[in-house]
Parts: sequence; structure tokens; C-alpha cells
Amino acid sequence: MSHLSYIVWILLLPLANFALLGLTGRKLLKGISGVIGTSVLLVVAALASMAVYQYFFVYGKLDGIYHLINVLQFEWLKFSPNVSIGMGVALDPISVMMLFIVSVVSLMVHVFSLGYMKGEERFGTYYAFLSLFTFSMLSLVISTNIFQIYIFWELVGISSYLLIGFYYDKPSAVAASKKAFIVTRFADLGFLVGILILSFGAGTLDIHTLIIRLTTVQSPQLLGMTTSSFLGISALTWGLTLVFIGGAGKSAMFPLHVWLPDAMEGPTPISALIHAATMVVAGVYLVARLFPLYSFDVSSLNIVAYVGAISALLPAIIACTQNDIKRVLAYSTISQIGYMMFGLGVSGYSGELGLGYMASMFHLFTHAFFKSLLFLCAGAIIHLVQSNDVKDMGGLRKLMPITHIAFLVGCLSIAGIPPFSGFFSKEEILSAAYQSNKLIYGVGVFTSMLTAFYMFRLYFRIFHSRAQNRELAHGEGSLSMKLPLVVLAVSATLAGFVPFSLFVTPDHAPIEAHVDLIFSIFPVVLSVAAILFAARLYRTQNARPAKIATSLGKIYRFAYRKFYFDEIYLFVSKKIIFNLIGRPAAWIDKHIVDGLMNLLAATTVKISVLIKGFQSGKLQNYAVYFFAGIIGLAALFVYFRQSP
Amino acid sequence: MNNVPLVQILFVSTGLFFIGMYGLFSRRNLITILMSIELMLNSVNINFVAFNKYLYTTQLNGVIFTIFIITIAAAEAAVAIAIIINLYRSHHSIDVEDAGELKY
Repeated sequence: MSHLSYIVWILLLPLANFALLGLTGRKLLKGISGVIGTSVLLVVAALASMAVYQYFFVYGKLDGIYHLINVLQFEWLKFSPNVSIGMGVALDPISVMMLFIVSVVSLMVHVFSLGYMKGEERFGTYYAFLSLFTFSMLSLVISTNIFQIYIFWELVGISSYLLIGFYYDKPSAVAASKKAFIVTRFADLGFLVGILILSFGAGTLDIHTLIIRLTTVQSPQLLGMTTSSFLGISALTWGLTLVFIGGAGKSAMFPLHVWLPDAMEGPTPISALIHAATMVVAGVYLVARLFPLYSFDVSSLNIVAYVGAISALLPAIIACTQNDIKRVLAYSTISQIGYMMFGLGVSGYSGELGLGYMASMFHLFTHAFFKSLLFLCAGAIIHLVQSNDVKDMGGLRKLMPITHIAFLVGCLSIAGIPPFSGFFSKEEILSAAYQSNKLIYGVGVFTSMLTAFYMFRLYFRIFHSRAQNRELAHGEGSLSMKLPLVVLAVSATLAGFVPFSLFVTPDHAPIEAHVDLIFSIFPVVLSVAAILFAARLYRTQNARPAKIATSLGKIYRFAYRKFYFDEIYLFVSKKIIFNLIGRPAAWIDKHIVDGLMNLLAATTVKISVLIKGFQSGKLQNYAVYFFAGIIGLAALFVYFRQSP
Repeated sequence: MNNVPLVQILFVSTGLFFIGMYGLFSRRNLITILMSIELMLNSVNINFVAFNKYLYTTQLNGVIFTIFIITIAAAEAAVAIAIIINLYRSHHSIDVEDAGELKY
């Protein structure tokens, strides 16, 4: 459709900006690289908003159903007439929604970074990486082709690697970026195998065709995939589960969540970007994109649901014990992404049954605002205090009035207190869970209570607690740091009132969703109770939290050490993989592979020593050999001429 | 002239060839070695001319070939003498035994 072809610019502008700043950001344009990056993103965000308007209100709807619009479609790699990889730009409700979220959050991060990263040595490089990150995520969400998703998926991985390790002179940052990259790469292996299985079974890489072929009952592709099985599980389930492993790795789902808390080593605005709009929601987006397939295959959908529920619960428990402000926020992200996952997991496909899917996307939408708000507040606080540890904070209420209000809005929103946005999306996820799986509903309610507790634990310890007399180098921060906070706080308050179910549903047909007030009373009361409990414990400094921690004893320690996940992974990798696989492999490499090569070399040397006497350096010896050779050849020639 | 048989001419050329070969193998002086090589070349020339005259009377191939060989030999002599002069400059000798660096 030609009137939507400007969408391409949403992708091309950040890419061009990356090239420009990557080449000139170090010296030539260093000073103004931030302004360039931000203004480019401003244009991108404006275009994305226009796309939202045009898609949802002008062109998207056909017979009451939002249909898929292929803005651009071309063949990229053609291996044979049957096997080819296409690229393109596709618009459907979730991709348009993601375009909007990614560009807006990225814009806010760009603006915030103007103040936060000021005076940084590699300022231009930072903005170049930021553009690359935005570009890869934007391209991921509009992909028409599952292989195209994979390419940009990896690009998201590499740009997050670059940004997490931005302070590359800090060993912990280097380790964190390596960890993030390796863990997600490990999961991407599953993704790749999953893609291969699905596309082999369906005979296409194009998502739309793939979904149609594999959800049509009695289609040859579907029959092929359900009848062929491995270890008693059908190929379709294998493919979807493996794809989900890739999504779980990127989305930091249990048990692949270990990289996300460490990824806090990057600059704080980057954390906001990773957590709110790019990277971690990519996994949720992937499952949502292939949702018709998942809802068709119940067993893989159950895996999604239970992994989501566990990932919602465990990090929430861990977050209650952590003292690093960014780590608490990181665990809360895992927990909220867990919500989205099980929201998808409990959803059905059509009509009212699609509530979970719609709620999950809604939560993704609201989460993007309040989580980026919380992270940017954390950035402002860290910028002021120069420490990540909440023990160094406290009593910041008076010093940072705007940040205080913004952070409070974020906390209320994530805790699901009406009328803030988190309330609406969370309630819908919970009611979807209530309708299909009571166990998951219970986990969800309990987690929501924990969320309220640890977020307000954080809030009270940062902004209340003791009043300090601190000497500060500067005030709350420049306008560029305050403005995004205000914008995001307003969005986080209002985003819940968007009638989301009219726009985003699994079968693209609007449904009527309503918040059931009676139903909401129970979780909200629990959350409020948790907030009051947190206030009692942390509002002023007292000995109660320490007492509770000691009375919980082992459980507290267990949660404080993050359930020993890092230790388990280290044990598995260092003790088991290194000793049992790495060492023997190294031995074989050293002694057998290298040994063969050494043997070859040694033999060559021996033979050379034996025959080097010929090279005497005496000219006349050579002449003798030469003539002897000629005589020998002549003799041979004469002999063979005569014999036949 | 025609009463000289081919065999006798071949004897002469073979003799010349082996005299040249002997010189190539036994002499130490590079100039002498060069002269030996010229001898060998000329023995070949004699062969060419003789065979042309006795076996292919209507053609001139052998003679033409000989003229080419003489030309090449002249060029080769120029190159060889240049090499010898350079060798003398670097080693202060034109004895092949003295220039034995190119060995293992």
C-alpha cells in the first residue's frame, strides 16, 4: 500500500543515523551527536504515531477486522525456486503497537541520555549504538518472515551486548555483557532449530503463510508435522517449544533469567530501553506473533503458561531481598514479563477467549511506560547519589521532588493500584488466568502482592527513611532529564484508559472487555496491604526488617542469594561441562589433532635432513645431476620407444 | 663437399659436445665454463646443419634454427659475462668453488 510506504523511513532513519554517528561520532560530530540522534528519533516517533493513527483508524479495518498489510515485500535470498528467504514490512495490530512503544520509549531514553551521559568520553558512540538498538528492534517487530525476525533478533542481541558493555574498562561490565550475550545466544540455538523445524514442516518461512498452513485442519503440512514425532512429542510441539526457548532466553524467563540482573552494568538509560521496549519484550512479541500456532498446540502453550508463572513468582521473591536499586527493578521486569507470558499461556484464540492475549499485549504496552519511567527515575537518582545501593539513599523526597512523584506513579502503577495503568492490564491478565487456570491465578495474585511490597520497600527506602544532610554536586538534573520523567509519568497514569481490546486481539476482531470491579477488589486489597506493610517496615529506620530477615533464616538467605542460580550455572559449566567435556576435548585437540600435525611436520624435517646433501652449493655437482637426469630420461625414452 | 659422409660430421659434433661437457664439469674458472657451454651449443648447431643438408634437402628449418641458436648464444654470453662481472665484484674471484653460498 503506497500511502503507508513511509513506514520504511521508520526503519531507515535510525539505521542511517547509526551509520552517520558511528563514522563521525567520535570526533567530527561528537558535540552534537546527541541532538542529531534525538531529533532523528523524534521524527521516527512522529512517523510511528502517524502509523498508529492510519492503521487503527483509517486503513487497517476491513469488515470490522484488522487485517495484515504488507507494505513492502521482496525476495532477499533465493536458493532455489522452492527455497527462498523474503524480507518485508508487515503491519498488523501488534506490530503497529510495538512500533509505537519502541519509538516512544527510545525517544524518551534519547532525551534522558542528553543529560545523563553528558561529558561522557564516547558520547557519539553511545548514540550510535542506541540508534542501532532501536533500528534492530523496530525491524524485528515489522518482520514478515520468521528468518527476518531471527536476523534482527541477533542484531538486538549484539547491540545490547555493545551497550551493556559500554563501560568496557570495568571488568564487571565486560563480564555482564559477555554473560548476556552467551546466555541469549545459547537460547537462540533453540530458536534456530525451532525455525528450521517449523519452516521445514510448513515449507515456508513467511509467517503469515506458515500460520495459515499449520492451523488449517487437514492441510498436508499440519498432518506431516503432527504425525512425525520425536521422543513421543510431535514435531509441531518440538518446533514451538524450541522457538519458545529462544524467546525465553531473550525475555529472561526462568531458568534463563540470569543474564538480566547482571545487565545492569550498562548505563541506566540503556536498562530502561532493554527492559521496557526492546530486547526483553522481544520474546513475548515472538510468542504473540506465532500465537495462532501456540493456541493450536495446547502442550506448548502450557509450557509458556507455566514458565511464565514461575518466572513471575521467583524473581518477585528475590526482589524482596535485594539492595541494589537497579537489580530490584531488573527482577521486577522478569516478574512482569512472566505475567505477560502466562497471560499468553492461558489465552484462547477467538472472541472472548482471547482475553489473555489481549491483556498480555496490554500489559506489555503499560509496562513499557511505567518500567521505563522507573528506570529513568533510578537513573536520575543514581546520577545524584552516585551509587546503586539503596543503603546510600534515603530521604531524597525533598531533594528530588519531580523524580519522587514520578517514581511514586511508577510504583503505584506496577503495584496495580487503580487508576494507574498497571491496574487495568494486570487485572485483565488475572481475570484471564482465573477463567482458565486457578493455580496460575493464585501465583499471579501472590506475585502481585509481592510486587507491591518490594516496589514500596524500594520507594520508602529511597525517598523516606532517614533525612540526610548530604552535600550534592548538583541538583535534580537538567531539563532533559526531567522532561522524559514527566512525559512518562503522565503516560503511565493514562495508558490504562486506552480501550485496548478494541485494537489488539488474537483474531484481530475487536472484543468488549470490562474491568470487573468485584473481581478486582481482592488483588487490590492485597496490594494495598502489602504497601502498608512495606510502609510500616521501611518508612522510618528501625530494626524490624532485620528481625524479620533473621526469623525467616534460611529462606531469606536462599532468596538473597537468588536461589543460587548463578552458583548452579557456575557449577554446571565449570565443574561438569569444563571437566567432563572441555578437558577431554582439549586433550584430544592437543594430543591427537595437534599430534597428527606434529608427526607430519617431524617426518618432513627428517626427510629433508636426509636429502639436503644434494644441495651442496657446488655448481658443477648440479651440472652432473642435470646431465645424469637427461641421460636417465633419454634412456627411459629409448627403452619405452622400443618395447611395444 | 658431398663426399663427406654424415657419420663423420656426427663424430665431430659428438666429440665437440663431450669436450664441452668435460670442460663444464672439470674447470673451475667461470669464463672457461662459459666457453665450454658455447662449445656444446656449437656441436648442436653442427648437428642441425648436417641433418638438414643430408636428410631434408628441400627445407631450411635446420639452418634457420642454427641462426636462432647463435643469436641466443650471443645474448646468453652477454648475460653470463654480466653475472661473472658481478660475481667478481662481490667475491673477488671467478672460481665457482668460491661461490658456494646457495646450499642447505
